[in-house]
Amino acid sequence: MPTYSDRTNDIVDVCLLAGKIILESGGETYRVEDTMMRIAASFGIPRSHSYVTPTGIIFSIDKKNSTQFIRISERSTDLQKVAMVNSISRRISKGELTLEEAYEQLKEVEAQKFAYPLWLQVIASAIGSGCFAVMLGGWNNFLPSLLSGGAGFYCFEMVHRLVKIRFFAEFFASFVAGGLALLMMMAGLGTDLGKMMIGSVMPLVPGLAITNAVRDLMAGHLIAGLSRGAEAFLTAFAIGTGIALILSIR
Amino acid sequence: MIVQQLLLSFIASALFGMIFNIPKKLLINSGFVGMVGWTVYFFLAEHHLNNVMATFVAAFFVAMLSNLFARLYKTPATIFSVSGIIPLVPGGTAFEAMRHVVLNDYNAAISLAAKAFMISGAIAMGLIFSEVFNQLIKRWRS
Repeated sequence: MPTYSDRTNDIVDVCLLAGKIILESGGETYRVEDTMMRIAASFGIPRSHSYVTPTGIIFSIDKKNSTQFIRISERSTDLQKVAMVNSISRRISKGELTLEEAYEQLKEVEAQKFAYPLWLQVIASAIGSGCFAVMLGGWNNFLPSLLSGGAGFYCFEMVHRLVKIRFFAEFFASFVAGGLALLMMMAGLGTDLGKMMIGSVMPLVPGLAITNAVRDLMAGHLIAGLSRGAEAFLTAFAIGTGIALILSIR
Repeated sequence: MIVQQLLLSFIASALFGMIFNIPKKLLINSGFVGMVGWTVYFFLAEHHLNNVMATFVAAFFVAMLSNLFARLYKTPATIFSVSGIIPLVPGGTAFEAMRHVVLNDYNAAISLAAKAFMISGAIAMGLIFSEVFNQLIKRWRS
């Protein structure tokens, strides 16, 4: 095989790896396409085509190579990785990185673990929930919302690891958070059940899916935007059902 | 009162940024974006502006500030807007809608759900308007 084609293959590999990391870490679909095309262009391939949906990437280079496809099955939220790939792509565009260096750095980013450990995230969501409950309804909702918010988020992470069905994990987590809020209300800890429940399910709210859906739709990626919107809607539905179940038990 | 709201929304937004794994040095900024969004919403809602309108204006501010920070720090704008819009999400209205569904009061439930839906739409429109605004500025500059 001639070296020319080898290099093209390597460029495609770098592009796909960058796209894969962004998509798996919760970046927008249009950012994936944009990044891949920019990387390809700065390595001397001005015309590349990509079709990105939240579940897969199709990437092809004009007439020189076979089209490649990769499947994205697991998506999580790690915006640090998105930012890092973004800065790597910027450096490639400036010509600061060779092909091999870029590939090495992307591999490094891909292998990196989550920036914050789980316990810190649980504490963050607990205090965040407490703050929201206070913002909506006063200080006597702080402690119960803190406890149920943290427990709900921990539950979400654990169930999500156990069963790989995101929506079930969200449903279960909001069920637990709502149930705990109700129990603490019965124990006389808080005053306003509604505010406590809203605060404690806040960490589960699909904020990223909403913003991504809007940005994708605006960029003209209708299918990606709609599927992100469906994701956000299903998440909201799962949370709502969990809370409704608790309310109906009461 | 307003100081407490400012402080709490700042802390809450920064902490929610942690859940999304926002880079450490940008947590303060994302907290600030969330604080501005919530303050705008709170101020307008206190002055009896319609919830939908207040959310729209707040989301617009959130997105504008996110784009500004994104250009300043050379990172994706989502990093800032994601924790910024969380306080605006219509949790209360959605909760009330759910409560009425459980109580079999579907008339009230549907009108509340429609309101929650409108508020979510206002968030989306706020983001869109700021994007349009940005493109206009870009075109005007070049």
